[in-house]
Amino acid sequence: MKKFKLDWLVLPLIGIGVVLLLWQISAATWAKELPSPLKTWQVSRPYLAEPFAKRGEMDQGILRFSWYSLILVAKGYALALLIGTPIGFLLGLSKTFAKIFDPIIQILRPVSPLAWLPLGLVLFVGAGRQASELGALFTIAVCSMWPTVLNTSVGVRAIPQDYLNVAKVLKLSRRKTLFKVLIPATLPYMFTGFRLSLGIAWLVIVAAEMLTGRPGVGGFLWQEYNALIYEHIILCIITIGVIGFILDRLMSVVERRFKTA
Amino acid sequence: MAFLELKNVSKGFGRTAVLQDINLSLERGEFVAIVGYSGAGKTTLISLIAGLIQPDTGTLTLNDLEITEPGPDRGVVFQNYSLLPWLSVYENIFLAVDQVFPNWTPAKKQQHVAKYVDLVSLTPARDKKPGELSGGMRQRVSVARALAMEPQILLLDEPLSALDALTRATLQDEIERIWEQDKRTVVLITNDVDEGILLADRIIPLSAGPNATLGPSFKVDLARPRNRKAINHEPRYKEIRRDVIDYLLGAGGKKHTALTKKLILPDLQPEDLSLPRTLNGSPRRPVRRQELKQETVEVDV
Repeated sequence: MKKFKLDWLVLPLIGIGVVLLLWQISAATWAKELPSPLKTWQVSRPYLAEPFAKRGEMDQGILRFSWYSLILVAKGYALALLIGTPIGFLLGLSKTFAKIFDPIIQILRPVSPLAWLPLGLVLFVGAGRQASELGALFTIAVCSMWPTVLNTSVGVRAIPQDYLNVAKVLKLSRRKTLFKVLIPATLPYMFTGFRLSLGIAWLVIVAAEMLTGRPGVGGFLWQEYNALIYEHIILCIITIGVIGFILDRLMSVVERRFKTA
Repeated sequence: MAFLELKNVSKGFGRTAVLQDINLSLERGEFVAIVGYSGAGKTTLISLIAGLIQPDTGTLTLNDLEITEPGPDRGVVFQNYSLLPWLSVYENIFLAVDQVFPNWTPAKKQQHVAKYVDLVSLTPARDKKPGELSGGMRQRVSVARALAMEPQILLLDEPLSALDALTRATLQDEIERIWEQDKRTVVLITNDVDEGILLADRIIPLSAGPNATLGPSFKVDLARPRNRKAINHEPRYKEIRRDVIDYLLGAGGKKHTALTKKLILPDLQPEDLSLPRTLNGSPRRPVRRQELKQETVEVDV
C-alpha cells in the first residue's frame, strides 16, 4: 500500500463512510424501523449539543450519562484490581493454592454478567436503595477480575530464575523480595491484565445498567428502546464504543510505560 | 585450615550425576580458576558454593561453617548478569549494599555505592537502566554489585563468556586490577584456559561430564601484574597452558563410547539418456538400490 499525505485520516474516514452507506441502505430497504444516519443525527443533537444538561432523571446530556457510568465502572474496576491482583500473586507463587482454586476460577470465568447481576441484587437486598448500585459493583468486579487474576499469576510464574537468584543471594526479606523483585518483574503482565479487565468492566456496565435501570449510558439506552426512540439507541452505541476505545488507548499508553526490558 | 573447602561433593539432577567426588580447598586471598568443557557442570559447581542448590553427598564449608543457603558473604557474578532491569546501575548496586549493611547511614551507603560504580568506570552511566547498556557494561555492574557487598569470597560464573573478544580482554584486565587492589578470595569458572592463566594463582581443570570431577591443580607461578602480550612469550606460560589442555583433552576428556549406527546408503545409477523416451518410462528410470550398513563409531563425549 502506497503512503500518501493524511492517509492516517483519510483511510479511517473511508471505513466510516462505507459503514454509514451500509447503514443508510439498510434503513432505506429492509430495516424500516432503523433510523437513517441523518435522522439519528437530528434527533440526537440536543444530547450532543448540551452534553452535560440535566433535564430529568432519565433525560440528560450524553456525556453526563457517560460520567455516571464511568464512575460506577471506576468503582467496580478498582474493586476488581484490589481483589484480583493479590489472588493472581497467590496463584502464581503457590502451586498448592493454584491447584485448589484454578478449577473454580476456570468455571466462574466464563459466566456472563447477565447471570451475575441477579445474584448481586440478591446478595445486597438488605441494603435497600443501595442494592442496585452494590449489585452492579459486584457484577463489574466479579466479571472483570479474571484477566487480572490470570495475567498476574502467569506473570509471577514467568519471573526469570535469575531475578529470584539475586533475591536469594542478597537474602532479601519476603517483603523486600515482593516489592523489589516480584512486583516490578510482574508489572508488564499485570498491566496487560488491567487493560483487558477495564475492557470487560466497560462491557458489563451497560448490561448492569440496563437490568437495574440506573441512570447512565446503558440505562438510557434501554429506556429509549422502551420509549421507541431508536435514534438514541444508536447514539448510545456510538458513545459506548468511543469511550471504550478511548479507555483502551489510555490503558495501552500506561501499559507501555511499564514495559521493562 | 582451608578457607573454602569442598569434601567429596556430588550432585546429580534426576538420574544423571553431574558432579562426582569434588574435592577443593582454597586459601584466603587465593584466586582459583576452574576450567572445563561447557555442559560439564561448572555452573552447578558455583551454585553449590553459592548455596543456591544443595549437594547430594559431601560437605562444603566456608570459614569452617557449612554452606546450607545463599548469603551475602559469597558474592556471585552470574553468567547472564542477573541485573534487575527496572533499576538503574546505581539502584542495582544500592539494593545489595542496603541489604548487606543495613546499619550504615544513608550517606555512607551512597558513598560506598558511588565508590564501586567508579571502580568499574561506570560513573557516567550510573543512572542508566541495564537495557541501555552494552553486555560488557552490564557485566561490570554485576561485578561491582558483587564487590560492593564486600563478600568473603567472590564467585565468578563464566562472567566474560557472553562478551566479544575485545571487551573480554578489557574486562579481564579490569578484574586483575581490582583483584590486585583488595586480594579477595576468588573462584573463577571459565571455559577459556588463557583467561584462567592470565588471572588465577591456580588452575583446576574440570573433566568432561557426566560424572565430572576436578583434575589436578596447576599452579600458575607467573609474576603479577601479568601483561597479556608479554605473557604469550613466556615459556612457563606455554608449559602451563599445554599441561592444562593436555589434561582436558587427555585424561579428563577421555570418555569414549562406541556407537553403532545403522546407515542407509543411497545408491543412484545415472539415467541412460541414449534410450528412447517411452510413455511407461521403464527403460529410462534410474535404478536405485539401497544398501544397509552397520558402522561402529568412536565418539568423544
